[in-house]
Amino acid sequence: MLSFILKRVLQTIVLLLAVSILVFIGCEILPGDVAQVALGQFATEDNVRALRLELGLDRPAYERYLSWLVGILQGDWGQSITTKTPVATMLSERLWNTGLLALVTTVVAVPLALVLGLLMAVGAGRTWDRSASIVVLGLSATPEFLIGSLAVLLFAVQLRWLPAVAYLSPGSGFSQTARALFLPVLTLVIVVTAQIARMTRAIIANLLTQPFVEMAVLKGVPSRRIVGVHALINAVGPLANIVALNIAYLVSGVVVVETIFAYPGLAGLMINAVQARDLPVVQACALIFCATYVIMILVADILAHLYDPRSNAQAAMEKL
Amino acid sequence: MLNVAAVQRRGIRLTLWFSILIIGICALVAIFGPWIVPHDPTEFVTDEPFGRPQVGIWLGSDYLGRDLLSRLIDGTRTTLVMALVATVLAHLLGDCLGLLAALRGGWVDAVISRIADLILSLPKIIVGLVIVAALGSSVLVIVMLAAVVYAAGVFRIARALGSDLVGMDFIKVAKSRGEGPGWILFSEIFPHVAQPLAADFAIRMSFAILFMSSLSFLGLGVQPPLADWGGLVRENLGGLAGGSLAPIFPAMAIAVTSIALNLLVDNIGEQQLQKKGA
Repeated sequence: MLSFILKRVLQTIVLLLAVSILVFIGCEILPGDVAQVALGQFATEDNVRALRLELGLDRPAYERYLSWLVGILQGDWGQSITTKTPVATMLSERLWNTGLLALVTTVVAVPLALVLGLLMAVGAGRTWDRSASIVVLGLSATPEFLIGSLAVLLFAVQLRWLPAVAYLSPGSGFSQTARALFLPVLTLVIVVTAQIARMTRAIIANLLTQPFVEMAVLKGVPSRRIVGVHALINAVGPLANIVALNIAYLVSGVVVVETIFAYPGLAGLMINAVQARDLPVVQACALIFCATYVIMILVADILAHLYDPRSNAQAAMEKL
Repeated sequence: MLNVAAVQRRGIRLTLWFSILIIGICALVAIFGPWIVPHDPTEFVTDEPFGRPQVGIWLGSDYLGRDLLSRLIDGTRTTLVMALVATVLAHLLGDCLGLLAALRGGWVDAVISRIADLILSLPKIIVGLVIVAALGSSVLVIVMLAAVVYAAGVFRIARALGSDLVGMDFIKVAKSRGEGPGWILFSEIFPHVAQPLAADFAIRMSFAILFMSSLSFLGLGVQPPLADWGGLVRENLGGLAGGSLAPIFPAMAIAVTSIALNLLVDNIGEQQLQKKGA
């Protein structure tokens, strides 16, 4: 058990290193280099050369990679090309906003999805389950921007309850923060709930067909107890796994949702940086998103393994 | 209450016909688009941005006063052709490598598997953003990106399906009969895995549509004047605050197509994929 966790943690560290190399290479392969991109195509040869020296681009790639990596570990994330401010400063506030969005979504969506999935599994095959299954399948195949747009139309345009755009500044009070968060959270909750509920239903419905459930039925155990105790205990591992995987999914979800609502989060920062080709910022954001994702998948694997030694971690990862 | 084993899904027929209908309509619109558009997709039909629907301009006008329906029809071809090409490439790459890895094993399998693991353990949209930041956005970059990203998942499934077969007697017989690996791959193994792979193709294509639409929605996919459905949502998003439905229609097109592909697989193919644990 411990050796499995140790092995997975080591694998994840190697993976994170590989990710950092990929992110670094990804930003190296562009035609021209950072200095060229930063100054635009009309820059003089001398200016480009000067900036290249200033940024240390004359050094070999592996040396720059190592100093970049060491800098990141020490909290020095480099400097933005467009705003000339330290990347770490730009990240900190945005990171908190995105974290808040993901946290609130998780706290709302997970219990909701588990209950919904359980109810569907218990009524498996009935009209309620069939219609809910179709709705849940439909929602999980729907792009976030449709759900987000419909939410804006309903709550911001028709009912005029909430702003269509999420205003959020460092000094925002509770009510303003709640108003800014409501629509983005609602959108993410709908998508995440649909996905978790669908998988929960599959897991529990499958458990309920197992021989031990039949045995319990024959012994006369009340069905509420069968579902609540016998089935649920066996489902804890796979369910924890699915929840962790869906939190990893949030990494992709927030990118689109932050754009719909102009939410001042990390994804918005990254997209602006991609458009402006502000590579130090792109690198930093990509690294944070990938690390979060990789670590959540590690957590998912460990949780699944803790409860079920036969579980195949690879198969679970494939579902994303 | 617990009689789950006897699950009867009478809903199947209805959802199957729905998905076939939607996919058929999409294919026809993509093929015959240029002949059925009511207006030129680049022509200004009204002076009014986000004009209300009226006779002749059935879905209203877009943010520049162009006919939204015509742009939607025009975008169908872009969206579906890009997704189709990306999915075909992903499957060509993933199926060949996956079956090869299953057949060969050893270091070939180990190397390809590790590369696939690496791709699968990264969030796709973030990989997309980094690539677009580095290479800029063009149809070629987006399609290749989607093809490579999804090939990893296809590889996993093809490899799992292939591994189940490799140990079987008829493959051993084929080997001892002196059949070459290429021949075994295509005449012995492929017929057995074609059906689950076809189901995977449909689901993968829905992923590709969502992925590319999301990139376009973020302004990092297909660039104007070319517009796919995701791009149409983006360019008209500003109308939402004024109550315009202009961004809703293309978003609905994406959702309905993606749902149709999912329902198709749900009805015909999912059991097979689940059986393989892939």
